[in-house]
Amino acid sequence: MIELSAVSKIFHQGQPNECRALCAVSLTLQRGGMTVFKGPSGSGKTTLLTLVGALARPTSGRISLDGRLLSNLPERFLTEVRRHTFGFVFQQFNLIRGLSVLENVMLPAYPLGRPHRELTQAAQALLERFGLDGKTASRVEWLSGGEAQRTALARALINDPAVLIADEPTANLDSALSGEVLALLGELAAQGRTVLISSHDPRVCSAAPVTRLIELHDGHIVGDYAC
Amino acid sequence: MPGASRYRDCDTVLLPAFPDQNEMRTWLERQNYLIDYTLAALLRRKTRNLGLLLVYTLLVFLFASVLLLSQGLRREAATLMQDAPELIVQKLNAGRHDLLPAAWLDTLRGIRGVSAVRGRLWGYYYDPAVKANYTLMVAPERGLTADAIMVGATLARVREVGVGDYLSLRAANGQPLPLKITALLDSTSELLSADLLLLSESAFHQLFQPPADTYTDAVLTVRNPREARTIAGKITLALPASRPILRAEILRTYDALFNWREGIVFLTLGTLLLAFLILAWDKAAGLSAEEKREIGILKAIGWETGDILRMKLWEGTLISLTAFLTGYALAYVQVFYGGARLFAPVLKGWAVLYPEFRLTPAVDLQQLLVLLAVTVLPYIVATLIPGWRAAIADPDAVMRG
Amino acid sequence: MLITPALVALHLIALCVSGALLLASGFAWTLLRHWDIASGSELQIRLERRTYLVSTLLGFVLGAELLSLLLFVHSAESLSSQFVGAMCATGVLNINAFGFPTLLLKIALFFLAALWLLLNRVDQQGHDYPLVRVKYALLLAIMPLALLELLLQSAYFLGLKPEVITSCCGSLFSAEGQGAAAELAGWPVRPALLAFYGMAGLLLGSGAALWRWPALGALFAAISGLTFVVAIAAIIAFLSLYVYENPNHHCPFCLLKAGYDYVGYALYLPLFAATAAGLGAGLLAPCRHIASLRRVMPGEMRWLTGVALAGFGAFYVLATALILRSNLILLG
Repeated sequence: MIELSAVSKIFHQGQPNECRALCAVSLTLQRGGMTVFKGPSGSGKTTLLTLVGALARPTSGRISLDGRLLSNLPERFLTEVRRHTFGFVFQQFNLIRGLSVLENVMLPAYPLGRPHRELTQAAQALLERFGLDGKTASRVEWLSGGEAQRTALARALINDPAVLIADEPTANLDSALSGEVLALLGELAAQGRTVLISSHDPRVCSAAPVTRLIELHDGHIVGDYAC
Repeated sequence: MPGASRYRDCDTVLLPAFPDQNEMRTWLERQNYLIDYTLAALLRRKTRNLGLLLVYTLLVFLFASVLLLSQGLRREAATLMQDAPELIVQKLNAGRHDLLPAAWLDTLRGIRGVSAVRGRLWGYYYDPAVKANYTLMVAPERGLTADAIMVGATLARVREVGVGDYLSLRAANGQPLPLKITALLDSTSELLSADLLLLSESAFHQLFQPPADTYTDAVLTVRNPREARTIAGKITLALPASRPILRAEILRTYDALFNWREGIVFLTLGTLLLAFLILAWDKAAGLSAEEKREIGILKAIGWETGDILRMKLWEGTLISLTAFLTGYALAYVQVFYGGARLFAPVLKGWAVLYPEFRLTPAVDLQQLLVLLAVTVLPYIVATLIPGWRAAIADPDAVMRG
Repeated sequence: MLITPALVALHLIALCVSGALLLASGFAWTLLRHWDIASGSELQIRLERRTYLVSTLLGFVLGAELLSLLLFVHSAESLSSQFVGAMCATGVLNINAFGFPTLLLKIALFFLAALWLLLNRVDQQGHDYPLVRVKYALLLAIMPLALLELLLQSAYFLGLKPEVITSCCGSLFSAEGQGAAAELAGWPVRPALLAFYGMAGLLLGSGAALWRWPALGALFAAISGLTFVVAIAAIIAFLSLYVYENPNHHCPFCLLKAGYDYVGYALYLPLFAATAAGLGAGLLAPCRHIASLRRVMPGEMRWLTGVALAGFGAFYVLATALILRSNLILLG
């Protein structure tokens, strides 16, 4: 369970271009299900996801994960928590060019020093599950959009995280591929993982597996609906 | 629920109990992954890194050449001086080297601890034909006849003469003095014998016409080499106008000379070092957009600042190791097998006639330490801060676009 | 003044080390003033990120000081031919008043950097960085020493004036080498051996006690430091004699030469590592009460005592082997 209380995030603090991305947001996210954060660009949904996903620390307010306070942890420890708890899928896929599909999937596990054979097997199993077993040795720049997004998904799952965070996962895909990715995410949610998605895509917000919809505007939560 | 158990594990990962075998294996495995990744990243940016690597290798090569060459020369000089006399006595006149009267030899023989005394005759001869000085030395032990001489191999090569040829020198009275070459000196100790010309006492007298019963200097054999210094003290008391020279002091002077020359060449190379540092800094600081993006991704997917720093460290280590080993190996070949053409004129430079000789290959620990200190250490300094700057990229930058 | 590559390199290292520590101290100063772990402000995040740079810098200082230490001893050794009466490094270091102080400062800086890194290592395992202020205060204390080293080393090198034969027999009347360690060299062998092996017993005892009672860290550190001093004294007093098989050669540096199979490295490296670990154990012992470190401290302490005991053990075993193998008989 993730709890946020009165969380604010201010960029460029004390400078003329100071920007309040989030204002005193309080929120409780239960384990499991698929939650979508909806809002126009600049509404703070991505910032909120970076805070929930332990990618950044709030300027003020408290964030806790299963009762453990995260908001005052230095980056070093925040990263430790993040590695084991959160998997990320980004809008731009963000795969590393020049490396193979398999290597890209294995990357998040490198700092953990898992035995090489075990890690390779885990990565291969994930790729098989997403229908990419024929592509393991290909370089990622040769992949199609859908394949790239599935590779990114496999990468997000390599450390077996309890929470999967997807930032605009369908933004660069056509509607058929979007549906495919949403179905995969739904499957993961059904297996007990918590899936958090930010999107302004109406197809995502109305997709079947979505269990909760949170609407943001100018750094405030303006709507919270169970689906 | 998948992942839940993982999270509980996370506490132990957060606070590792050291030491334990597993921990060690994990650590090794992690370094392994980091090296793997770094190598792949370096190879992806081949052209970018190649230039730096070349300059780095060149830098190591130049510094190593200087060090290896002067070390070799020093060693060579020391080997040659092993056979040199323990103690040489000169006569001084108004502070300058003067001919030594034969009567001094008896005085020297009378000093306790001296086992043998021999007067030497030697001098320099300027040959306008090759614009070089020869060292002429009387060698009674060679049993040369009045007009017979032996010459160093380099001298013979430069004058294009061989055994059986005549070499004509101009005597002090202006008359030419033809001398027949009966043998060449062997070239193993060519460094000192390059410009050497051995002749008989009578030829020496004909050539330079020194006053009768004088010698250039005297060489002494002492019974106990440890007492050489004490004996030298006694000599200055017995013969106040004398100057005793210890073999150790000649060696010391050679050493000082080589050290000094080496140091000067080093300082000169310092400008090159500076240029290299600026290049290294620039390369490390000016990350390409692609590289910045990669670091951003790595941080977002769970790499920590420390992991990126370690990766940068491995990058520096791999580049340094390659440049260091290649540069050193090239310098080694150049100096010991390639005739050390590069710095020989500066470092040897005591005669116009350069001997051709091979130095004995040797690796010296101090040399390696110096080389590390002047090449790798500055490289680390130059790349440390840019590396850190790259490593502290915001983990959430990727998501903020 | 002498210009040799080794001296140029030593100057370069000293400049780099001073520069690195000056930079780190600048950060330390702002950090000590503004650190607030509970804050998520951008300033705090910047400060936290700087700690990575500072620990990297200190790691660099440690490596550089080690290199500098070796190079300093080696270059003193190789310069001995330049100075009448200097038979080896000892004589060269004694040429002016700055030689040995420079050497001691290098050793001190090595240990301080090692201790700082140990402190840092433990601190980074506490999620609230409990030792951060101690660490950075220590850093501010280390910095002047680096500057002093730079100064003393320069003074030492500038004071090296080799006499060459150009000056008429002036060299003959220069002073013969004098032993700085004359007192130690004159230490009779039997009590020296007793003290040497007595320290080993004491060390083992205190190590075992520390394992059982973690509160004894300070005692263990003190004994480790003392063992280091006694070990160096023992090397000068008798161990070197056994190695050189010469009853009058007391030099602690010639051991590093190829002629003695570089046995000095095998002696000094474990000795230095063990001393650093032993001192570190003492320094860190009080940290076991800090809440965020309570879980890691027992492991850390075990590790440090283990390294210290293993290092000293290796040193003692090798020293004993050298004594037994030697053809020299000092004790009738």
